[in-house]
Amino acid sequence: MTRDNQLWTWHVLAGLVIFVFLGLHMLIMHLDDVIKIASLNPAGGHPIDWANVAARAKMIFFPVTYTVLLGAALFHGLYGLKNILFELHLGAAFKRAVAVVLLLLGVGLFVYGTWAAFAATALARSL
Amino acid sequence: MDFTNVKEVTYRVRRFDPDRDQAPHWEEYRIPYALGMTVLDGLWLVKELHAPGLAWRSSCRMGVCGSCGMLINGSPRLGCNTQISELATTTVAVGPLPNFNIIKDLVPDLGPMFATHRELSPFIVRDDHEEMENPSGEFWQSPEELEHYLQFSYCIKCGCCMAACPTYATDPLYAGPMPLAQAHRYNSDSRDHGFAQRREVLAGERGPWRCHFAGECSRVCPKGVDPAKAIQLMKRELVADYLRLRSQRCPAKLAEAPKGITRREGVPEAPAPTVG
Repeated sequence: MTRDNQLWTWHVLAGLVIFVFLGLHMLIMHLDDVIKIASLNPAGGHPIDWANVAARAKMIFFPVTYTVLLGAALFHGLYGLKNILFELHLGAAFKRAVAVVLLLLGVGLFVYGTWAAFAATALARSL
Repeated sequence: MDFTNVKEVTYRVRRFDPDRDQAPHWEEYRIPYALGMTVLDGLWLVKELHAPGLAWRSSCRMGVCGSCGMLINGSPRLGCNTQISELATTTVAVGPLPNFNIIKDLVPDLGPMFATHRELSPFIVRDDHEEMENPSGEFWQSPEELEHYLQFSYCIKCGCCMAACPTYATDPLYAGPMPLAQAHRYNSDSRDHGFAQRREVLAGERGPWRCHFAGECSRVCPKGVDPAKAIQLMKRELVADYLRLRSQRCPAKLAEAPKGITRREGVPEAPAPTVG
């Protein structure tokens, strides 16, 4: 009976994770003129310069944060979408189908995204 | 609009008799107007002068019983609490509260609302059954503890919040603002120990999670209760409870009789209890 309570709590916590990590993204990629973190943009210049992108891709910190952010964003977004769809007076079978499709979609995207993040790190380190 | 010289108003009333009508329809009646008339006063005149079969609920005529909740010019309000002059028009459209089935004319079927209300144990729940059955004193509560739930206890269960709620209108699972706000009223009462019992319903799919915080319930409440706030506070309580961050509370103990004081001269003894 308390499943909705648990899922909603994780929904809120995932939102918090997104807030923190998107803040980090803004800090590194868009606010570099305001707050300089030299170790994250070691080549100087713009954060999306090739040398900076390659340098960041070599750090294990980034695929880990990408993976956490991806998981949080997928859970937050898909759980929210599921709630919206469930409010459309759907039948029990359709609800189950929606839940299964969204679960498979979420897991699939998470696996693919995680693989991509770590593959990028491996590729950058091989350069 | 100045109502000083208004002598007549038009009532547009949504009529529905399940024995006769296929669907609800509007009927118009003109009635004499006098300053100070409420929408409910007008309905009595409509009944007296034009439509003796018109049905609605009302009782106290002073905003206490919560019986005369109806849709007045598009907004859920109490008929007895709404002056016609407040509406700033001489046409008063009166319909039954939306989001409920209609029993007849302006009488909504509030049964589902009260069934959900009952499920959420809207009373003090404690483990000391003997004290609850045969009370021997009062449970102690500080003024600060009273403040936690006081405004929510002003609810008169008129159903206006349920009629205004867009989520309750579209989501058949949602418990609705009145039962949820009342569950919070008891959950935040220091004398109560029924959180775990109410959580069985609250933490499920009918609970506060379905609220989109439109805030209409609080806007239309004729008693100034803020059900939307209660629902958000309840979400916080439930999340804290799941994360084991909710402070466990012992329900209030019996207040001890004051010691070392004497009755002031001339103050009479309290009368003997008439029940129990």
